[in-house]
Amino acid sequence: MRYLDEYRDGDAARKLLDALTKAVTRPWAIMEVCGSQTHAFLKYGIDQMLPQQVTLIHGPGCPVCVTPAEIIDQAVALASRPDVILVSYGDMLRVPGSAKDLLSVKAEGGDVRMVYSSLDALRLARDYPDRKVVFFAIGFETTAPANAMAAVVAERESVDNFFMLTSHVLVPPALEVIASSPDNRVQGFLAPGHVCTVTGYVDYERLAHKYHMPIIVTGFEPLDLLQATYMLVEQLEAGRYEVENQYSRSVKREGNPQALAIMDEVFEVVDHGWRGIGVIPRSGLRLKGAYARFDATRAFELATAPAPESESVCIAGLVLQGIRKPIDCPAFGSDCTPEHCLGAPMVSSEGACAAYFHFARRGAAR
Amino acid sequence: MCLGIPGEIVSIEESGGQLRTAKVRFGGATRDVYLDLVPDAQVGDYVIVHVGFALSKIDADEAGNVFEMLKKLGGP
Repeated sequence: MRYLDEYRDGDAARKLLDALTKAVTRPWAIMEVCGSQTHAFLKYGIDQMLPQQVTLIHGPGCPVCVTPAEIIDQAVALASRPDVILVSYGDMLRVPGSAKDLLSVKAEGGDVRMVYSSLDALRLARDYPDRKVVFFAIGFETTAPANAMAAVVAERESVDNFFMLTSHVLVPPALEVIASSPDNRVQGFLAPGHVCTVTGYVDYERLAHKYHMPIIVTGFEPLDLLQATYMLVEQLEAGRYEVENQYSRSVKREGNPQALAIMDEVFEVVDHGWRGIGVIPRSGLRLKGAYARFDATRAFELATAPAPESESVCIAGLVLQGIRKPIDCPAFGSDCTPEHCLGAPMVSSEGACAAYFHFARRGAAR
Repeated sequence: MCLGIPGEIVSIEESGGQLRTAKVRFGGATRDVYLDLVPDAQVGDYVIVHVGFALSKIDADEAGNVFEMLKKLGGP
């Protein structure tokens, strides 16, 4: 397939790796922010080919993983109501709330359905006018415009039985938490290419200058990851801290103006909880103005009590912050597997624990 | 979640001011994709598709940047 196959070329990958190996003179710790990139590093074995001096720290870029347990509990409560069809992206169904997951509710007779696109959820609302259709709208900036579009169309077509339970989070505030932490080990970021396709990277330039950390906007194929790692190490070795755009075939500095406009039309920026991390100021999006009537927490007057602290041995919060590796967890691969998980990073297709499990990193990975 | 797949627009359906959709080919599979976020996309363009929406048009001029870097590094 064009624009995939050429970025998986083995000879080119080896040449980039040689260049990277020659460029490194000291140890560096870098964070790939996006879970899809964590998976690509492990799937293609790139993590094991990198020079010894380069340590990968896996970032929190997994929207399913950071969705707070209390919002999953709200989804579970909604899905248990006979008048509701709860609609979700597939990744979310097996993520545990404080008591159970959505798939268990479905097994108990709840009407839980999986969709590929936000507008599929809206179509269900039109198809079932006597039911209340609640779309569990989660995601980073990549997904927010698509989910916003569902609210715009629902408003335009006066679809009164459509609601959204939102958990939308923003990447730059999370990077700021990591960069400003006294315990921070990360010296440079590989920034998420599809998030930046929507938002551009002006915000990242501010972060790079404030924290003296280089940032490379990065694609998702093996050559993308290798080229971006090389570019990042070159900056670190030279003592530079700029934003460079490796994924320029998709990302423009100013982002996608149509996508940003629809996000701005539908959402407002609010403080938001991140599972395992805590509340991060101005790191989330909430339906605003005329679109607030679609907000399920308002329409159903849902309780927003914080979920009880889990007594599980799961270290998902530390994994999400890059403090611990999945294989440091006592439950990894035994009590916690993708089939029966204790924490979201084991079940999500972007979770670091799932990557270690599927690609058989049981102690070998750095 | 942030998965984005490149595909080629093979046809566009204009539906009179409402959502603009296209048939987009990914290797052997073809899917309906919304084009509202990339209004200038045309048949023959490659787009990055995420949850049913095209998010960007692939810039063919920029797509070779890794291969230009490889040339400078003495690569193929």
